[in-house]
Amino acid sequence: MTTQLTPAPEDQRSRTSGLRRARMDDIPGLVPSKVRPTTHRPALLLAVGAAVLALVLRLALDVHVAAALAAAFVAYLLVVYAVYRALGGPRVALDQLMRALVYFAFVLAVVPLVSLLWTVVAQGAARAFDPDFLTQTMNGVTGLHDQQYAEGTGPFIGGAYHAIVGTLIITGLATVISVPIGMFTAIYLVEYGGTNRLSRWIRFLVDVMTGIPSIVAGLFAFALFVQIMGPRDAKMGIAGAVALCVLMIPTVVRNSEEMLRIVPNELREASLALGVPKWRTIAKVVLPTAASGLASGITLAIARIIGETAPLLVAIGYARGLNLNAFEGPMNTLAVYAYFMFTKPLSPAVAAPSVERAWAAALLLVLIVIALNLLARLVARLFAPKTGR
Amino acid sequence: MSKRIDVKDLDIYYGDFHAVKDVTMTIEPRSVTAFIGPSGCGKSTFLRTLNRMHEVIPGGRVDGEVLMDGENLYGRNVDPVDVRRQVGMVFQRPNPFPTMSIKENVLAGVRLNSRRLSSAAADELAEKALRGANLWNEVKDRLDKPGSGLSGGQQQRLCIARAIAIQPEVLLMDEPCSALDPISTLAIEDLINDLKADYTVVIVTHNMQQAARVSDRTGFFNLEATGRPGELVEFDTTQAIFNNPSQRATEDYISGRFG
Repeated sequence: MTTQLTPAPEDQRSRTSGLRRARMDDIPGLVPSKVRPTTHRPALLLAVGAAVLALVLRLALDVHVAAALAAAFVAYLLVVYAVYRALGGPRVALDQLMRALVYFAFVLAVVPLVSLLWTVVAQGAARAFDPDFLTQTMNGVTGLHDQQYAEGTGPFIGGAYHAIVGTLIITGLATVISVPIGMFTAIYLVEYGGTNRLSRWIRFLVDVMTGIPSIVAGLFAFALFVQIMGPRDAKMGIAGAVALCVLMIPTVVRNSEEMLRIVPNELREASLALGVPKWRTIAKVVLPTAASGLASGITLAIARIIGETAPLLVAIGYARGLNLNAFEGPMNTLAVYAYFMFTKPLSPAVAAPSVERAWAAALLLVLIVIALNLLARLVARLFAPKTGR
Repeated sequence: MSKRIDVKDLDIYYGDFHAVKDVTMTIEPRSVTAFIGPSGCGKSTFLRTLNRMHEVIPGGRVDGEVLMDGENLYGRNVDPVDVRRQVGMVFQRPNPFPTMSIKENVLAGVRLNSRRLSSAAADELAEKALRGANLWNEVKDRLDKPGSGLSGGQQQRLCIARAIAIQPEVLLMDEPCSALDPISTLAIEDLINDLKADYTVVIVTHNMQQAARVSDRTGFFNLEATGRPGELVEFDTTQAIFNNPSQRATEDYISGRFG
């Protein structure tokens, strides 16, 4: 570390370092590199210098932004290494170099996320919180209305109410189907199966299922419902929910399996030794102990499927109006709604209002996912093993 | 409460591995029986066969008989769950349920067995069990706090309270003090002395002074070599085992001449 060392009392310090020196000297050929205490101040100054360099490259020499940043970063790495090598020795210099690379990787990972959130909020916020948008459907809205709105002769009409409701219904159904199947599979794998042949096969198949492309899941669900309902009536909400289940079940199984596996075996034994039957031990001891992990795993699985578009395009069709019945007729979800508004604007000549709807739907979707994550944290905290004295 | 256990020609296996061979002994009611011996000699395994907990480990099975007041625990119609309700167990590391409060932990055995309990009866049972485990005075003001907030020694006494709350006939203890400091150990040993008035207590320990202090009878387990099954070398009154053992191996182990 390069933080300022507080000097230890002189006698104690020299004694310990003397001991260490003696041991190190026993290893032939080992030359310990010298480390002198340094601070972060030169690194901060250099970082400011690099930022100035990037600005100069960009503004004065008109270099492309990315090239300017890359050049400044490389220059920073070289200079920081040289400076710290002179100040504190090679180990300190390498520490600063790695520090710079790690911060760089962190920024590289965060920039797209922030940029994405910023874009969605900037483009969608205007429309997403408009009460009309939240309560209207697209029933009866045509390109003509959009043109009138663009010309300023008509109001903005047409919303995503049906898509919001559709998202909640279809995701809810998928969750209701997937969670019991996934949880019971995980319980079998951890508590009963162990490493027997059946559970090895289940694990293998679950891994295969994890890799299924979502469009294939949609085609599977559609083909299944064509078999049952015939080709004309096959598009309905439950078909979409089944398609999402194919994607969700493996995630739930894997997450739940991990969570159940980390429940200490001692708790199972304690319960069994009290004369509690195995199924009750699982229901009353293992599951409550793992509850917080299970809840957050399930929420992550929901977040994973709530934005799915491709399988739903195939399986649920596209509804312009509100359809509360998942067992009859096409439905709509926010993801599908955003996709259609963006690729097939109501009025091809005046696409702006439709694109605005697409961004608003995207923002609503992001907000729902964030709300789910917060909910998961809350649930996890409620169920978490109690601490305190 | 408290019953006598007769073990006859018991062989214990894990899959193909022969863990313990040919144990025959009688465990007297209202007494403390201790098992000593080197690690891996099968004393914990043998203890677990007394309430069929070894069956929890895949492949665990036995040959022979364990009779509790004449009734074979391994009889054809015996449910292991019933056996465990009569033979309670305390483990090496304290393991209170982390999701439950102190009181819920004590009542866990009753509640998880879905027996209905009025709240007055629950309070009474919790107090009785905690008093029985010498823990009541330390926790009576914080019964609703989590059990994991107690110290290690208190947690272990909580586990003992949990085990005696279902009023077993026999109480098995698998190195109950090995994770505890000397003061907590002393508290548990005092408790074992009290428990002997009501229960048949069987304890596995690595601490020979502890065996000498708390037990009435002692069994010495040993194994000839790694990979060979463990066996009961000698079983006698604690007095005899520690003062005048009849087997050379016992004497060597007790006096520290082993290996």
